[in-house]
Amino acid sequence: MAQLLRPLLSSLLLFSALFGFAYPAAVTALASLAFPSKAGGSVVLVGQEAVGSSLIGQPFTRPESFWGRPSATAPSAYNASASGGSNLGPLHPRLLKAIEARVEALRPFDPEHARPIPIDLVTASGSGLDPHISKEAAFYQVQRVARSRGLSEKAVRSLVEQHVEGLWPGVFDEPRVNVLLLNLDLKNMEQTGVE
Amino acid sequence: MAAVAQYGAYFAVLVVAAVPLGHYIARVYDGQASLAQRLLGPLERGIYRITGIRLDEEMTAKRYAFCLLAFNLAGALVVYLLQRLQGYLPLNPAHRGGVDPFVAFNTAVSFASNTNWQAYGGETTMSPLTQMAGLTVQNFLSAATGMAVAAALARGFIRRGSGTLGSFWVDLTRGAIYVLLPLSLLFAGLLVSQGVVQTFEGSITVKLVEPQESAAGQTITEQVIPLGPVASQVAIKQLGTNGGGYFNANSAHPFENPTPLSNFLELLAILLIPAALCFTFGSMVKSRRHGWVLFATMVALVIPPLLLCAASEHGGNRALADLGIDQAAGNMEGKEVRFGAFTSALWATVTTAASNGSVNAMHDSFTPLGGLAPMWLMQLGEVAFGGVGSGLYGLLMFAIIAVFIAGLMVGRTPELLGKKLEAYEMKMAALVVLLPSAAVLVGTAIACALPAGRAQVLNPGPHGFSEMLYAFSSAANNNGSAFSGLDATNRFYTLALSLCMLIGRYWVIVFVLAVAGALGRKNAVPVSAGTLPTDTPLFALLLIGTVLLIGALTFIPALALGPVVEHLRLAAVAGGAP
Repeated sequence: MAQLLRPLLSSLLLFSALFGFAYPAAVTALASLAFPSKAGGSVVLVGQEAVGSSLIGQPFTRPESFWGRPSATAPSAYNASASGGSNLGPLHPRLLKAIEARVEALRPFDPEHARPIPIDLVTASGSGLDPHISKEAAFYQVQRVARSRGLSEKAVRSLVEQHVEGLWPGVFDEPRVNVLLLNLDLKNMEQTGVE
Repeated sequence: MAAVAQYGAYFAVLVVAAVPLGHYIARVYDGQASLAQRLLGPLERGIYRITGIRLDEEMTAKRYAFCLLAFNLAGALVVYLLQRLQGYLPLNPAHRGGVDPFVAFNTAVSFASNTNWQAYGGETTMSPLTQMAGLTVQNFLSAATGMAVAAALARGFIRRGSGTLGSFWVDLTRGAIYVLLPLSLLFAGLLVSQGVVQTFEGSITVKLVEPQESAAGQTITEQVIPLGPVASQVAIKQLGTNGGGYFNANSAHPFENPTPLSNFLELLAILLIPAALCFTFGSMVKSRRHGWVLFATMVALVIPPLLLCAASEHGGNRALADLGIDQAAGNMEGKEVRFGAFTSALWATVTTAASNGSVNAMHDSFTPLGGLAPMWLMQLGEVAFGGVGSGLYGLLMFAIIAVFIAGLMVGRTPELLGKKLEAYEMKMAALVVLLPSAAVLVGTAIACALPAGRAQVLNPGPHGFSEMLYAFSSAANNNGSAFSGLDATNRFYTLALSLCMLIGRYWVIVFVLAVAGALGRKNAVPVSAGTLPTDTPLFALLLIGTVLLIGALTFIPALALGPVVEHLRLAAVAGGAP
């Protein structure tokens, strides 16, 4: 029995110290040296104030902003403390009703749009914190945003184009736009435009 | 086409990385990894000195299994006690109370058995001490346990007339510090470079750009974003086929998986060691062709479900056809834009091919056939890649059955790698294959029959049945992913799924070690004209057929009741029929 207990208990203790404490502490120390901003959550500052993380989506509902994806987090959308998706299956009546309601909410803002609505604008993401929308979903909203802000469509469209990102679009990922960063730049553009 | 390029690149990179790693792991278990031993040898020897582990100890199969079970039991007990007592322990800034005893038991079994099924409510229940000293530690140790069993089984094939299989303590230590630790450090660093957070700070609070009105009429002006030592945990959760996330949304959360590149790295980490162990086995039994046959078998079993899942998810949700929506991007409910339908389908396939179970999209919201693919891969018994170690020894049990079937067909005594297979090995292999499958079907049937089983599903109709079938498939095969609409926190599910996880892990390990011990005692039989060559494409086909046949006969009726019925209903809705 002693031949079992000593290696069992002492190795469990040692491995707990090694993998439970030393390993995460070592990674944290290295991360804070090599990538301090990323390790700390990629915080976006405006002046001295933290206005978000470039990786975490925020709710935008005003007509003059680009809207992100619907979010299924509880109790309110984009609650970063409770990430998650809707878990509704493709035939769940609640899903179909929610998507219909989102379509109806989008249409009146763009009555002249004949184009169909990009799917990501009416479906909730897996995390509920998706920071991106597809390039198509951003272009879909250009008319509304330009009109609401009194800006030219061309100027807003070119701002969107500057924000399109993708590692290797079409192969590894789809072209997309970070909604928070786009809206912050949109604010800047308006301010500089007034001056 | 784009998807094919991505999938091709993924498997190409996987092979290039897995082959040398596999040969390295073989040297680790033989104590011949000289460069690594020069660097980490002092750590290994220090551990042996303190623990009294003897490097030259030799264990019988029975002793090996006994030490393994005792060690895993002790580990589970620590996780259980940490959860129950966390309210009285340090490193608990949010003052979280003890976890519910049933959920705590379920979680302890889940992490010790390398399943990482999460009945607990994500970051809201566990103190940082429990996460680090309990869950992260088991991520390493459960993975090292699986690899040790695979190494012991390989020794059963190598050794001639020997009663022993090596030392569990030495195999455990070597796998953990020479394989898992360096790879975890490497991947954790790469993940931080992509934006995965790594800090001991609890959270940050930011001011929303656009304050929002909540449903209750209050104005929300802030967003509280939890942080933590995430990269270090995500690295081992992927490498060790564990899968338990730091956040509730797992690898769909931008802080666990922020970019397409981090996604690619995590996908690679999921299959890296299970793939490498095929080549480890080939290297240990001195027949590298056998390693390639096992690897090719695994890839061949994974490709068809991958293509089914990709096509189905890319096809979108036909129930939305009349709403004026552009579904060119596919079924995006529960998916992230930075991954999209094709990449999410690859992840769903890879995470269930391995017994990993982390997710980058919500499987519950997949199309019926898109959700069938991951369920099918788990139901094959987690042998097409499978868990670290457990995938390899699981597939070798199927190989024993395949050789036996072939032997019956041609009327010869079955042999594998020079070892004659007799009634004892066959019985053990059959027990390994049958009981977890029975646990899935019986468990699902009981859940359907009991109100405590039915009341917990989220989705109505056949999809609700799929939620139950998925849960038992996941638990009994130690995967850990879920159709998360199912609320598995009640007593019935915590206990039933715990039992399934125990069967899927320890029942299997005990009989695999019994086979290893029996093989080790045998002497080699010389290769003759009657020997079925087991290092050829023909044998790979036979092995694929055996796995598919057993899986198909067992699970196709159950799958017909869930995803297949749902698929037909969806087609009927889209076609305008009632």
